[in-house]
Amino acid sequence: MNAPEAKSGFRHVGTRPVRPDGIDKVTGKAIYSPDFVAPGMLQGAILRSPHPHARIRSIDTSKAEALPGVKAIVTADDFPTLKSLMVTMGESAGNIIHVSRKCMAQGKVLYDGHAVAAVAATSAVIAAEALKLIEVDYEVLPHVIDIDEAMQPDAPLLHEDMVTEGVQPRPDKPSNIPTYVSKTKGDVAEALGRAAAVVEGRYSMPMVHQGYIEPHACVASWNADGQANIWCSTQGAFVVRMLTASVLGISQADIRVTPLEIGGGFGGKTTVYLEPVAMLLSRKSGRPVRLAMTREEVFRASGPAPGVQIDFKIGATADGYLLGADLSMKYNVGAFPGNGVQVGLITALYHYRFESFAMHGWNVVTNMPGIHAYRAPCAPQVNFAVESAIDELAYKLGIDPIELRLKNAVVPGDPGFTGGTLGEIGFVECLEAAKAHPHYSAPLGPNQGRGVAASYWINAGGPSVAAVSLAEDGSVLVTTGSPDIGGSRASMAIMAAETLCIPYEKVRVTIADTSAIGFSMVTGGSRTTYATGKAVIEAAETIISIMKARAAGMWGVDVADVAWGDGEAICLDPAKDNQRLPIGKIAARMNNTGGPISAEASVNPHDYLPAFGVHICDSEVDPETGQTTIVRYTAIQDVGRAIHADYCEGQIQGGAVQGIGWALNEAFIHDKAGRLDNPGFLDYRVPVCSDLPMIDTVMVEKPNPAHPFGVKGVGEVPIVPPLATVANAVSRAAGVRIRDLPLSPDRVYSAIKSKG
Amino acid sequence: MPQPGYHAPETVQQAIALLSKEPGARVLAGGTDLIVQMRSGRIASPLIVDLKRISGMIGIRASGDGFAIGAATPCTALKKDAAFAAAWPGVVEAANLIGSVQVRNRATMAGNLCNASPAADSVPALIAAGATCLIAGPSGERELPVEQLATGPGRTGLATGEFVVELRLPARPKGGGDAYLRLIPRTEMDIAVVGAGAALVIDAAGTCTAARISIGAVAPTALLVADAGAALVGSKFDDAALGRMGEAVRAACSPIDDKRGTISYRTDMAAVIARRAVAIARQRAGEAN
Repeated sequence: MNAPEAKSGFRHVGTRPVRPDGIDKVTGKAIYSPDFVAPGMLQGAILRSPHPHARIRSIDTSKAEALPGVKAIVTADDFPTLKSLMVTMGESAGNIIHVSRKCMAQGKVLYDGHAVAAVAATSAVIAAEALKLIEVDYEVLPHVIDIDEAMQPDAPLLHEDMVTEGVQPRPDKPSNIPTYVSKTKGDVAEALGRAAAVVEGRYSMPMVHQGYIEPHACVASWNADGQANIWCSTQGAFVVRMLTASVLGISQADIRVTPLEIGGGFGGKTTVYLEPVAMLLSRKSGRPVRLAMTREEVFRASGPAPGVQIDFKIGATADGYLLGADLSMKYNVGAFPGNGVQVGLITALYHYRFESFAMHGWNVVTNMPGIHAYRAPCAPQVNFAVESAIDELAYKLGIDPIELRLKNAVVPGDPGFTGGTLGEIGFVECLEAAKAHPHYSAPLGPNQGRGVAASYWINAGGPSVAAVSLAEDGSVLVTTGSPDIGGSRASMAIMAAETLCIPYEKVRVTIADTSAIGFSMVTGGSRTTYATGKAVIEAAETIISIMKARAAGMWGVDVADVAWGDGEAICLDPAKDNQRLPIGKIAARMNNTGGPISAEASVNPHDYLPAFGVHICDSEVDPETGQTTIVRYTAIQDVGRAIHADYCEGQIQGGAVQGIGWALNEAFIHDKAGRLDNPGFLDYRVPVCSDLPMIDTVMVEKPNPAHPFGVKGVGEVPIVPPLATVANAVSRAAGVRIRDLPLSPDRVYSAIKSKG
Repeated sequence: MPQPGYHAPETVQQAIALLSKEPGARVLAGGTDLIVQMRSGRIASPLIVDLKRISGMIGIRASGDGFAIGAATPCTALKKDAAFAAAWPGVVEAANLIGSVQVRNRATMAGNLCNASPAADSVPALIAAGATCLIAGPSGERELPVEQLATGPGRTGLATGEFVVELRLPARPKGGGDAYLRLIPRTEMDIAVVGAGAALVIDAAGTCTAARISIGAVAPTALLVADAGAALVGSKFDDAALGRMGEAVRAACSPIDDKRGTISYRTDMAAVIARRAVAIARQRAGEAN
């Protein structure tokens, strides 16, 4: 690690320099959101519902208000009434009314942990005491957690005014089903009728959480003149600004959002839960207010990933060509309509050339927290079903699982997921690399099984702004509005240094607040190195043009006679002896040659390419206890081109580990009263280090021709294949197919026992 | 705002006096359960009595042929005592399965015992080893077998003013060996779904002459399963004897269904884990002969 490893043709791209934010982070100096302090700051706390579903008859805050030290109390009455408005939140869209109701329940609480009131006080102890003095009169309502139960006609209704979108004619009765989607190609029944082998099954997995180490936290300060500051941990300061302004009905330019260092987000920090509440507490108290969730609050009241129930039927010819797929998907989206099955629809089947398919999908609301983005949002769930069934089909047909996938894999020129055709994708290359990897042919020990799965993720582009400027000594400042969640400061510095042909250490990267630079979409969708990277490269190219012009002026030659290379302007005019002017000399004189050298680039690229990954897992199952050990794991991925090789590999390893966690033990568990029974890391079991082998990575590099350095998104696709990869491996090791996650020891044990 | 009082007495008698005055007082040794429970709001104690400044509370000393372990001795210290670690490796391993290294640098076996969780890892190992606890209180000292201290989940038979001063373990018998195993979904940082301790004595011919089997997380308290031990005595650990031992363990189980395991899974696993613990203890006993 961190050893320079220059790729041919590049000075920096593909190397592994030390990250510029590393020292602050490993020495504890970096300021994460719970570290931030503003002068005169009050401590806030939120009262949360103990009921999964209840009508709020009244809230009496008088006793809490009378407690010395309490400076402000906020309830739903303090929030403006909003009109329904769809807003974009990075990777997904949502209704601003629901964003507001996730910050504070209005009329009804819809899940255990739903916020009902908030307090700001001079100390955290007083704030906690004040919460106990707030009296909420609840009319407890029947609740529903299970997908099937929520879809029943007599199920408790979460939203009395919600009817299913996507059904014709429009239903005249409300239900817990906000969305129906479908897509068909050909005649599935006819195609399956011709199949030599058919596999059919029901697959399920529970709601899971991102489990970022740093809980949500913010400080807000809202002045009497209407201007405000928010300091918070977020994947997108601009989305915090937009959502907070929209929820509160104020001007976006009045809010300056400063993104602090972020301790993990994985998609979960692309919205607001606390910021509008802290703003209202600040306005009432006239002081800055901190709100910080506990771990328990994070689990009970942020945005997990949906649980699913999927029915899948798939058939192929005797030589392994996929004929048809019949797919029914139900996504548990929690308390509010969300982007669930809509994404499932475009991430389920498009990596294979199915002759025909029929896909039907429903989102279902339940009394659980509303879902939010989690790394390749909503793709791993359906991929688990599809890639488990493909595996079963391969074994049924006696065809090697990678070979079967190769026979059906999409290639450049095949139809795209949402129209158009696929560009320079690297799916076949990943499958070939998996087949050739020593892991795939290594011998297995007793009670061990090997699994493989493949997947894709659409990735994203979208708007970004970057600014590049020169200091007087020729060192370079890069400024973006993209919070660094996976090493993007290092990647931006590499791309700027590569473009300018200067040392990596001469470039320093700053992440600006929302008032210091123009709009950028969130850091999410695996878009940042691609899209913000394009802005950085474009701004750096502009800097080169300016420097060439300045050099031309200094030499008295035409700018056409100036080239740029090796960090210096090169005079091509033979009369000038091929003189050179290094960046430092141009910078030193810039204020005498035309003024500061700086450039900003605004981009909105959409020529991104999807990412493909193929994972291999060896598992060992203890036949007496059902305990699973992951013995060996290899993740192969087309990264386009790695900018910082360590952070590409790190993303692949991290995604694989999170997916292994979903596969093995992670689950939201609710008790009979509908309360989350495991709101902590003790019983919400993410993998610990000793649960895992070293995750071996193989980076396949098939460059994206639309990016100057070939970047494709990297960060999300690696969480998609592990569910089926592990399930396929465990099913092999246990000798019985298991179609429900997580593969906890008791479930695997029951499965082994049931096969007799 | 009510804030708990904190006292760090320097003698056992001072501690007894403090604890006697306030029935809601709690004893602080490592604090890895107490502080967490206070922060989560599960308990609100008006008075905390810290034992760590009392002489003899931290450390292991020889006591007769055996060992006396001060109530505030952290789990990691057990590993560093070569004589104790050689005598009771199962106890030392059990205590060093609790939490993480950082937790074990504070956590104590006496605290693990008095927290009275049915799933406490060190308790079945202590029970198997035949450990006792010395209790000090207003009416003097008393000594109790470890398996008799807890009376239910989170409950002990300690009277107001009483606290555990030390744990006492005998010398390792000739031909003796012990072991503790637990089943958890992860590899560490977890709570036992099932735990089982075994302490055996075997003679030169390999015949079991004494056996104590204990189980955790499958009943309201950790249990000594006398029938399970009896099933092994006189045997050479043949399948029939091990089968009877497993059946005795299953019969002793009365677990609950909860997020950590079902009744049937826990019961099945208790027998499996006990058998595996016996295998390790037997090997250690054999090496001792």
